[in-house]
Order: sequence, then structure tokens, then C-alpha cells
Amino acid sequence: MRAATLSFLLLAAATPAAAAGYTVVGDAIPAPLEGAIGDAARGRAIVADRTVGLCVLCHSGPFPELHFQGDLAPPLDGAGSRWSAGQIRLRLVEPQRLTPGTIMPAYYRADGFERVAPAFAGKSILTAGQIEDVVAYLSTLRGAK
Amino acid sequence: MIMRKPVAALLLASMAAAAFAQAPADTRRSGFDDMSPALQAIQMDDFANPAALWLAEGEAQWNTRTGSAGKSCADCHGTPATMRGVAARFPAFDTTLANVIDLDAKIDDCRTRRQGAASPPHESRARVALEAFVAHQSRGMPITSAAEPHLDASVAAGARIFRQRMGQIDLSCAQCHDERAGRHLAGTAIPQGHPTGYPVYRSEWQAVGTLQRRLRNCLSGVRAQPYAFGSPEMIALEAFLMRRAAGMKLETPGVRP
Ligand code: HEC
Ligand code: HEC
Repeated sequence: MRAATLSFLLLAAATPAAAAGYTVVGDAIPAPLEGAIGDAARGRAIVADRTVGLCVLCHSGPFPELHFQGDLAPPLDGAGSRWSAGQIRLRLVEPQRLTPGTIMPAYYRADGFERVAPAFAGKSILTAGQIEDVVAYLSTLRGAK
Repeated sequence: MIMRKPVAALLLASMAAAAFAQAPADTRRSGFDDMSPALQAIQMDDFANPAALWLAEGEAQWNTRTGSAGKSCADCHGTPATMRGVAARFPAFDTTLANVIDLDAKIDDCRTRRQGAASPPHESRARVALEAFVAHQSRGMPITSAAEPHLDASVAAGARIFRQRMGQIDLSCAQCHDERAGRHLAGTAIPQGHPTGYPVYRSEWQAVGTLQRRLRNCLSGVRAQPYAFGSPEMIALEAFLMRRAAGMKLETPGVRP
């Protein structure tokens, strides 16, 4: 029942290579990636799906329907009160810039990995559009935790 | 000032003595130690443990004459008791093959070279059953990893791989098993990753599988290209894990969720 955790990582849909660059200003990426417009409902689905966003493998969050959530990372509750959309974007795109050595994956990075499996070679975990969806969703998470 | 010096020296001396007196506590835990009592009971019960079927098949193979030589394992080795302790010291440097090999490779070497039989595919029931049966003879024995230059080199290579971030998820074995053991990846408690129970019966596989199969699962999990069965990298990881677990007791056949 709980055993298949690691294989879940495998099943995610393949995503096309991240193409365009982005500009970091302070601790944020102010502009949406590739001009994509995020949708919070789609974003919630991505975050809550451990085969797509993978987020709940490490984080917990306001997902009462999910019985198994990780405790390797701070809860996502209230992320939108703590951070602006641009700050959330940088935390998804290049978390290593803020926390060197962090285990938080770089969701927009498409290359430079060691021994990446052929099915994922040249691809980022999420597309620009999916990342914008997640940014839109996390921005709606208000209140303390 | 003058008074203080001897005090400090005394303190230092007694601290050193204390350090000697109490060796640092062994905080290593097998996956077994953190399983539910129900699952532990299944592993400990030779009849309830689903791996019993594999052990029986392995025992039958031990006694079956096969291959162009028409010999069984028993014809050369005698009783299975002669295998006691063997699994506890593999991977090992094999002088004939001039290589560091694991127990699976040693059994396959006997099968092909001494029995003249074909080698079954990795993870096939026949292959896993015989390894599980042989390893089972060492149940309860402490893992020993010989200090031997070739093995040391393999252990060192395994240690490097263990710390290497890999795959699209960009995680190393150490980041999960050394740095986050006991915490949860979704609902699953991360074990320290000791090889004590292998081959294990795993519910997710509905089968008994080897340590290499387990390692390939973890590598696929981070979306890395798994090392091939029997590759030097696999043997190195196994050699490293066995040295890391030296002194811990073998449990084969383990049961894991
Ligand atoms: C493999 C583990 C892992 C995965 C998967 C993961 N994260 Fe993280 N995340 C972390 C860790 C650890 C941190 C804390 C940063 C640090 O290391 O200091 C973090 C930090 C964050 C932060 C900043 C949190 C704060 O309040 O400071 C956000 C936002 C975030 N993650 C969102 C996500 C989202 C959304 C996903 C999925 C699309 C995700 N994470 C997937 C491990 C992970
Ligand atoms: C993302 C975290 C993660 C990474 C990275 C990882 N593992 Fe694991 N490993 C797990 C989890 C979780 C389990 C057990 C749960 C399960 O059944 O999936 C496990 C199980 C194991 C076991 C079995 C332990 C037992 O008691 O049966 C071994 C051995 C192991 N891992 C070694 C490794 C090695 C070696 C690497 C690197 C090549 C590695 N792992 C990478 C999370 C990880």
C-alpha cells in the first residue's frame, strides 16, 4: 500500500525540455516563465499528485484527501503569505541558489544531471506552464503554519 | 591560574578515559527493527514467511545433479551447513576470477564452471531461490567484511557512488539513507539502507529479490539510469553497504513492505 513510493517517481508524464532562460532579481524571478499564465486549480492537482509534482513526497500541505505526505521539507501551508509569486518561482526553478546543497529539486532544469535515465534525458521535471500553475496555486495558500 | 592547570589536565584525562570506557553507541538499525510487529512476526516465522517457498526451491536445486558435469552443489560441498558464514563475507575478492564478486556471482561461477550448467537470468526464480537458500544458512551471523586491498578499492568506489547525486531528482543515496533515515518520503519511513535481509521477500514485488534489485529500484526512483546487474558499480555499492553494516546480523530471508 505504502510501498510503491519510489516507483511513483517513475510514472510521471514526460515533459519537453525547458527552453527559455529567466532573470533572477534579488531572491525572485519576477516574470512568468516563457510568458505562461498559471492556473491555481491545475497547480493544486500537480502539487497533490506525487507522480507529477512529487511535492508531497517531501512536503506536507493542505491536502486532507492525501494520507501520506512527506516530512523532509517545510509544510507548504501559508507559502503564499510568506512569499511573492516571484519568490516562489525562484524556489521552484533554482532552489540551490538560496540553499546550496538543498534536496529540493530544480524543477526547470533540463540537463547537467548525473546518469539521468534515458526517458528523462534533456527534460525538466515540470514544464514552464506547469511551474506557473504551481506558482499560481501556492500563491493562494494564505495563513499561518 | 597555577591551580587550574592540573584541574584541566585531570578533566581532560577523565574525559579521555570516559571516551574509552563507553564506545560510541551503535545507532545502526536494520530495516527489520523499524517494521511493524506484525511484519516482524511474519519474517521470524519460518512457515509464514513467504520466502519459504523460495528456500524450498533453493534446497531442491542444492541437491539436484545438473549441467554437463552432472553434479549437484551437494556433491562438491556436502550439507548446506557448509555454507554457514559464506553470505556474511561477500562481496569478496575471488582469486580465480581475479575480481571482487558478490554471492550471486560466486554461485553462478560454480554453476557454469563446475556444473557446466546454463546461468539463469538475473532475478529469475531459480537464481534468486538458490542464493536465498545459501544466504539463509548464515542467518543470525554478523556481517564480516575483510580488509583486503581489492575489496577496499571496491568499498571506496561504492562509497563514492553512495554520495553522488544522481538522476533528474538529483539525490544521493546518502542524502536519504545517512542524512534522513527515519523521516518520511510520503508515507514511507526511510530506512538506513542496510543489506542485512537480502534476498528479501517484498510485497511490492510479490517475490523474493536480491539487493541489486532493491538498489535498482532506488536508482529508478530518482530517475537515474540503474547500474546493470553484476556491473562493477553494483558490486561496489554492495561491498560498501556490507562494510557499512559490518557486525550487524544477517536476517535472510527478510520480509519488506
Ligand atoms: C526531494 C524533496 C523535495 C521535493 C520533491 C520538493 N521539495 Fe520543496 N523543498 C524541499 C526542501 C528540503 C525545502 C527547504 C529548502 C531548504 O533546503 O532550505 C523546500 C522548500 C520549498 C519551498 C520554500 C518553502 C519555504 O517556506 O521556505 C517551496 C515554496 C517549495 N519547496 C515548494 C515545492 C513544490 C511546489 C514542490 C513540487 C512541485 C516541491 N517543493 C518539491 C524539498 C523538496
Ligand atoms: C529519495 C530517497 C532515496 C534515495 C535517493 C535512495 N533510497 Fe534507498 N530506499 C528509500 C526508501 C524510502 C526505501 C524503503 C522503502 C521502500 O520500500 O521503497 C529504501 C530502501 C533501500 C534499501 C533496503 C533497506 C531494507 O531494509 O530492506 C537499501 C539497501 C537502499 N535503499 C539503498 C540505497 C542506495 C545504495 C541508494 C543509492 C544508489 C539509495 N538507496 C537511494 C529511499 C531512497
